[in-house]
Amino acid sequence: MLTKRIIPCIDVDLDEDGNPAVYTGVHFEDLQYTGDPVEMAKAYNESGADEFVFLDITASAEGRETMLDVVNDVADEVFIPLTVGGGIRTTDDIKETLRAGADKVSITTGALERPELINDGAKAFGSQCIVISVDARRRFDEAGEHYVEIDGESCWFECTKKGGREGTGIDVLEWASEAESRGAGELFVNSIDKDGTKDGYDLPLTKAVCDAVDTPVIASSGCGGPEDMYDVFTEAGADAGLAASIFHFDEYSIEETKRYLDERGVPVRL
Amino acid sequence: MKVTIIDYGVGNLRSLRRGLEQADATVEISDDPQQIATAEALVLPGVGAFGECVRNSRPFHDVLVEAAEDTPILGICVGLQLLFTESTEGVPDGETIDGLDLIPGRVERLPTTAVKVPHMGWNQLTIEREHPIVAGIDGAASATRRTVASVDDGAYVYFVHSYASTVDSHTVASCDYGFDSAAIATNEAGNVMGTQFHPEKSGPIGLRLLENFVAYAEAYHDDRAAVH
Repeated sequence: MLTKRIIPCIDVDLDEDGNPAVYTGVHFEDLQYTGDPVEMAKAYNESGADEFVFLDITASAEGRETMLDVVNDVADEVFIPLTVGGGIRTTDDIKETLRAGADKVSITTGALERPELINDGAKAFGSQCIVISVDARRRFDEAGEHYVEIDGESCWFECTKKGGREGTGIDVLEWASEAESRGAGELFVNSIDKDGTKDGYDLPLTKAVCDAVDTPVIASSGCGGPEDMYDVFTEAGADAGLAASIFHFDEYSIEETKRYLDERGVPVRL
Repeated sequence: MKVTIIDYGVGNLRSLRRGLEQADATVEISDDPQQIATAEALVLPGVGAFGECVRNSRPFHDVLVEAAEDTPILGICVGLQLLFTESTEGVPDGETIDGLDLIPGRVERLPTTAVKVPHMGWNQLTIEREHPIVAGIDGAASATRRTVASVDDGAYVYFVHSYASTVDSHTVASCDYGFDSAAIATNEAGNVMGTQFHPEKSGPIGLRLLENFVAYAEAYHDDRAAVH
């Protein structure tokens, strides 16, 4: 049986000396130093993680060059699928990232600004490596297209850019369907409202996206422990659950998370 | 043992190289048909669409068919699909596109009505019959064995594909995803084989499988040297 995937994620930036370092934050802000990317990747490779996600959160072109070298080093240590995201805007960026050792690329802003990037990327490299990532934010006004009830209130989800700092007016569910029809192979669903809170994934958001598309959905943001993974698999229908801080700070191991899920009947790779 | 990975522009070969190196192979990545023709063991990787892989790999078709006479060959994902007789990917209904026909079989789309396509993620193998690629090899190979994992019933491996061949007498291991498809297949002689999943992305089980391939290639050449 196809298993639900447990995916650790690292956000990598350059430290004061220009060396790559992993940071963990809350609501995409207040970042704190967490560790060395290659060492962390190595540890996760051996921990039973099902995939590994590497997000380059540097903004500069200089940072990008450095990051491709780090991706190289990470790829040498990781024998599970590796997804790399951050700053990918052209098919050349996709090519470079895959060549550096990524199996898939995660694209957020680049696809919102130029949706054809999804078609071009899927055509050149295959849908399996094009992951479209959305940074969704709850909105309780009347500007959306698809609404769900949250605590008795009507809510829609907006695609944001720049880590939630900039709205786009685009409805996440519209965008998810469009991305799928353009050839996206997976959807990576982040929630600005839940990021770093550890009070659970945004279940209404994840469920709405899962219902809107046939493509595999990776739930992200808000995981505080194995029970949140359980909820997002059983209530929202996610195919994979991503988490950062609970694994980075050793609050839970991948193995104990999987055992918890296995005992409750969720198929996982043990 | 030197293993040659055929480079026909199909993306990330890094993990594959590293995986084979962990199995103590010397790895060469080549797009030179002459080098490929004289290789001791060949790996045909594959990422993306069948049609594109067929086009890109065209310069190597004749060499591969000839090498199949006396060289261990491992196809991975679309690389395995290329080894089969034909595929229905990217052509109008009722038509097929030719593969290398080194392993009899037809590659067809997974049934979208029952399951999400692509089949993406970790799924289990069911061993259908014996072959060194799944059993591991006694003797010389065990001395170099590094991983404790074994490729047996229930082992989880990583799949990403929308097309697959059905199970028949050439199937070494199958996978159930809506219906049973060939996860590992081989030719009659046993020296041409392939995996529908990605061993280089399948953790310890996948590394063990690459080890098994390298060990098989060593034993294959030793046997032939003994006969001649």
